[in-house]
Amino acid sequence: MSAPRSLPRFSATFDRHAIAEIQRAAATGIYDIRGAGAKRKLPHFDDLLFLGASISRYPLEGYRERCDTNVVLGARHAKRPVELQIPVTIAGMSFGALSAPAKEALGRGASIAGTSTTTGDGGMTEEERGHSRTLVYQYLPSRYGMNPADLRRADAIEVVVGQGAKPGGGGMLLGQKITERVARMRNLPAGIDQRSACRHPDWTGPDDLAIKIEELREITAWEKPIFVKVGASRPYYDTALSVKAGADVVVLDGMQGGTAATQEVFIEHVGLPTLAAIRPAVQALQDLGMHRRVQLIVSGGIRGGADMAKALALGADAVSIGTAALIALGDNDPEQEYQKLGTTAGAYDDWHEGRDPAGITTQDPELFARLDPVLAGRRLANFLSVMTMEAQAIARACGKSHLHNLEPEDLVSLTLEAAAMTRVPLAGTDWYPGKEFADGR
Amino acid sequence: MTEALSVDLAETSLRDLHATLHALPKDTNRTLWRVRNPRGKHSVAVGLDAPISLRIEGHVGYYAAGMNARASVLIDGNAGPGVAENMMSGKVRVRGDASQSAGASGRGGLLVIEGNAGARCGISMKGIDIVVRGSVGHLSAFMAQEGFLVVGGDAGEALGDSLYEARLFVRGRVASLGADCEEKPIRPEDRAALENLLERAGFSELRAGDFRMYGSARRLYHFHVDNASAY
Repeated sequence: MSAPRSLPRFSATFDRHAIAEIQRAAATGIYDIRGAGAKRKLPHFDDLLFLGASISRYPLEGYRERCDTNVVLGARHAKRPVELQIPVTIAGMSFGALSAPAKEALGRGASIAGTSTTTGDGGMTEEERGHSRTLVYQYLPSRYGMNPADLRRADAIEVVVGQGAKPGGGGMLLGQKITERVARMRNLPAGIDQRSACRHPDWTGPDDLAIKIEELREITAWEKPIFVKVGASRPYYDTALSVKAGADVVVLDGMQGGTAATQEVFIEHVGLPTLAAIRPAVQALQDLGMHRRVQLIVSGGIRGGADMAKALALGADAVSIGTAALIALGDNDPEQEYQKLGTTAGAYDDWHEGRDPAGITTQDPELFARLDPVLAGRRLANFLSVMTMEAQAIARACGKSHLHNLEPEDLVSLTLEAAAMTRVPLAGTDWYPGKEFADGR
Repeated sequence: MTEALSVDLAETSLRDLHATLHALPKDTNRTLWRVRNPRGKHSVAVGLDAPISLRIEGHVGYYAAGMNARASVLIDGNAGPGVAENMMSGKVRVRGDASQSAGASGRGGLLVIEGNAGARCGISMKGIDIVVRGSVGHLSAFMAQEGFLVVGGDAGEALGDSLYEARLFVRGRVASLGADCEEKPIRPEDRAALENLLERAGFSELRAGDFRMYGSARRLYHFHVDNASAY
């Protein structure tokens, strides 16, 4: 019998991922670039639960009694606010990052479901305008493809200040995806690694932003709702400053929100989790008397109806999905295709390489021909419908006849972190960190 | 000569001015306009899309003639930040000086500034041509992608930082070049383009032979570890 030996033990600090990253960095001399959002474990909507009805709260009959889901965006200043049938929109994702059939599928799915889709950092394509009943046009620092005709044929305009995956960072589209068509739309040579600016070229700070928003309104006859999108960083002040600058809608994107390509270190170490960002943003709106008058759209890691219902209960007017929408279209499936790339379905995040077997995050004609935009659009519509029904099921159980009637009092926190971030009491208590005790302590 | 149609911004709101100008049909024969008393207002004559000539009689604030298409706009005064930003086509002329970000992300047309321009002139330009009789400030032509920037005077620090395919001509001193910007030999077609721009701008007293040309060294076009200090 051999002498007892200790088992090999991995370090919790130097775990397998950390070791692999050191080895990869040492071998290549360059940091890792990838798509998607933060993958680390973060406080999230799973750390909240709904209470449901009880003696003091009456539920509504599931499947029968009405629970409305519509939302109006942009009534503060716009002559033509956007009305959506469901409070979940499709987030901005660029043509360039995504294939043309993928953009078309997003438009088709969103239109069937009665909601909006959004352009991205590459201008508006005919595919998405043609197939999107409601299309939000992003106005970005890079201004790629930006033109006033597209501004006018959009249904709303989203001034992008930042995004959750990389607050303070610009974009990056590597040469593999800069085809002739993508390059032409962006006024760039084909095949080069392209940077999207991190700052707008003609405004800085909230006072300038107010003037910029006014210019956009003058050009579009004050018809279009104007959104301001910020990455979750300083949500209280960014929300307040957006309101001051004249925004109709604030879009708040947490660090789980995806990107087409950014440094891994940026994605994982800059910004706030979505859960931590909502309450300060809602507080800013409430302090200004603008809650529900300026709408708040929350994005970053929304995976289904429960996440949506929790975001709404915390005070959001709508949520937005990106990564979940791509998965609904068919991304990261089937397994064997991803194994050929040396990865596995569900973990694939090299969206910048343009080799997506599902034909979504690619500009390769052979690959994107694999995506049927009609079928993929139908799948997205199905997912949006399920999300909505899930949220309605929860809302009815809480006795709400509209998703917007969900409120923080319907929730409890499962962790101290979630309680501190949301000011929703810890389950089984009436306390959250920072709240004074009844005796004043 | 047809008398210009006049709008007085002391009496008419900006919204009404734009409602009138934006409603003009593409083939309008109401082609001569003057705007009086702009008094530094922002966003004057933005989003035009008709073959008209419009003269703004005085100083303007931010974004004058922003996103202009097809119109010819004369600003008889100074212009604030972002004059002719994102211009698509047409012509914008500033008789005085222009503040920062003149012609930012413009995609076509010609912007002429008879005085000086501030920082970031031609930032992110995407096909617009810009001719400045005087000098330009720092970070001009930052990330400029396409088009010509012609500077009759001096250029401030970090000219052409992170430049793509825009071409920059400077007659005077360049305080410093930005990352990946370098002086280029002037080919006959570059000189012809410069002469053409000087003529269209009405600066025939400037001689093309007195300019130097700058463009992208294209060292940052592909992400490479050896360039880490430049990123």
